[in-house]
Amino acid sequence: MSRKILVLGEVRDGSLRNVSFEAMGAAKLAAGSGEVVGVLIGDAVQSLGNELIHYGADRVVTVEDKQLKHYTSDSFSQALLAVIDQENPAGIILGHTALGKDLAPRIASKLSSGLISDATAVEEAGGHLVFTRPIYSGKAFEKKVITDGLIFATVRPNNIAALEKDESRTGEISSLSVEIKDVRTIIKDVVRKATEGVDLSEAKVIVAGGRGVKGKEGFEPLKELAKVLGGAVGASRGACDADYCDYSLQIGQTGKVVTPDLYIACGISGAIQHLAGMSNSKVIVAINKDPEASIFQVADYGIVGDLFEVVPLLIEEFAAVKQ
Amino acid sequence: MNTYVLLKRTFDTEETIQLSNGKINEEGAEFIINPYDEYAVEEAIQVRDVQGGEVTVVSVGNEEAEKQLRTALAMGADQAVLINSEEDIENGDQYTTAKIIAEYLKDKAADLIIAGNVAIDSGSGQVGPRVAEMLGIPAITTITNLEIDGSRVTVVRDIEGDSETIEASLPLLVTAQQGLNEPRYPSLPGIMKAKKKPLEELELDDIDLDEDDIEPKTKTIEVFLPPKKEAGKVLTGEMNEQVSELVQLLRSEAKVI
Ligand SMILES: Cc1cc2nc3c(=O)[nH]c(=O)nc-3n(C[C@H](O)[C@H](O)[C@H](O)COP(=O)(O)OP(=O)(O)OC[C@H]3O[C@@H](n4cnc5c(N)ncnc54)[C@H](O)[C@@H]3O)c2cc1C
Repeated sequence: MSRKILVLGEVRDGSLRNVSFEAMGAAKLAAGSGEVVGVLIGDAVQSLGNELIHYGADRVVTVEDKQLKHYTSDSFSQALLAVIDQENPAGIILGHTALGKDLAPRIASKLSSGLISDATAVEEAGGHLVFTRPIYSGKAFEKKVITDGLIFATVRPNNIAALEKDESRTGEISSLSVEIKDVRTIIKDVVRKATEGVDLSEAKVIVAGGRGVKGKEGFEPLKELAKVLGGAVGASRGACDADYCDYSLQIGQTGKVVTPDLYIACGISGAIQHLAGMSNSKVIVAINKDPEASIFQVADYGIVGDLFEVVPLLIEEFAAVKQ
Repeated sequence: MNTYVLLKRTFDTEETIQLSNGKINEEGAEFIINPYDEYAVEEAIQVRDVQGGEVTVVSVGNEEAEKQLRTALAMGADQAVLINSEEDIENGDQYTTAKIIAEYLKDKAADLIIAGNVAIDSGSGQVGPRVAEMLGIPAITTITNLEIDGSRVTVVRDIEGDSETIEASLPLLVTAQQGLNEPRYPSLPGIMKAKKKPLEELELDDIDLDEDDIEPKTKTIEVFLPPKKEAGKVLTGEMNEQVSELVQLLRSEAKVI
């Protein structure tokens, strides 16, 4: 197979998100012997081109404009459509992030193309590219193919392997100028929640707290455990609604969907909407004082007990073995 | 204000999923209004109560969806439309649904269209933005607040926990995120009234579409359940022993640290 595939490199706080490298991994497979073209859209993104190439792009096309500093559906659609028009690719792959979820269906509709959202795996089978994706909040999976239009997919973070970074790779970085006009939505204000440290959706270890942590202070030991493990702190909706932590930490159907190597759920009951966001984690540890809590049904290891007793012991123990 | 809500009938969140003949078994399952569409219904009612006009709830599906549409009417929507595509298309995808809805809406002069941001069954989140694109109107996804002042609309959009305040003007399509409101339960008088509210049933013919126009662009070739997780190991013993054992297991058995 030989197909030309575009990958949108998503930029956040001036750097590329990991999911874009994973999208690149998927694109390499989709392209076969064909070309993978990285696309960068923003106000100053040229400098990131080489990194996309190190992760597998054969070359990179950038679209830069002051109006592309912040994502809006209209401005980014115009930019990406212009690149599609120039490159005439067989497929497009991007991350299933807030940006990808908003942009991909717009573009797919515009191009009258199929779109497979939230893919967790991709394989080539019988001349078709087959995408696997969770359905019913992760209680089932489906395998899907595109039958009309572009091979178009968004990929869930932390599921598809990125290629090894190779700094010796080189490729052309060209720019395309696009007149951005008639943007119908105007961003008045952006409130960034200061999430310290590791990006939740890309973290390898997550320590998550639920209503069982009882208060803001209750999150302190969880933060410490996350720090010892080099991970991030997450939360259930219950904890966010009770104002123990910020909504930006929420994991689940409404919040972030995560697939870390290790997920430690502390004082979380395991409602299906929460499981939808984390049940694909490689290893799940549950700490809950209720032996009947549903979280134990998805946990690989469980401790029935008081998290305020267990978490400090865990911190000590991990700190000891990390030495 | 002419407000439309896009509503999908979905499996109840708590249902266990079983397969028969390689398909999701719907036998005996409970169905609900997709929770994110419920926020959309509630928001539309609140908008109407302030701005006036009517709320029309639109669903594409089979006749079973009448029940969920009646619930939306009982909550306070004014009328409902069920576009029954069952006869014409078996395996539609998000393109199919969006195309049907857009075709229905194209001459309705909708000021505001509210959809859920994602359906909890198929989980694609495509229909809202696709419809907006087909209608040539802007869309703002995953909103947690909506204010309307004349034809100016201010929304707050949730972006992975960060939030953006965005201004746009009508006509506009938005998709609802949890946090937008607390959907009301239908009241008893609401349920009584709903029985008499108009619920129109349409077929593809009625909106000048035929099968070819809504041919899906993707195909599901297999549905499967995740491998059954072996029962996890619940540790026992003194708490400090359990904790040491856990750390050992994570290192030597699970090899994640
Ligand atoms: C449309 C919709 C979308 C939703 N989306 C999400 C979502 O994205 N994410 C999400 O998480 N939820 C979501 N929810 C909410 C979800 O249904 C649950 O209400 C929520 O996950 C419960 O949070 P919790 O487990 O922290 O609280 P609870 O269910 O109250 O559980 C608290 C747990 O803590 C345990 N506990 C208490 N004290 C201790 C202690 N000292 N030590 C150890 N354990 C203790 C208890 O035994 C209990 O199991 C959604 C709901 C709806 C309707």
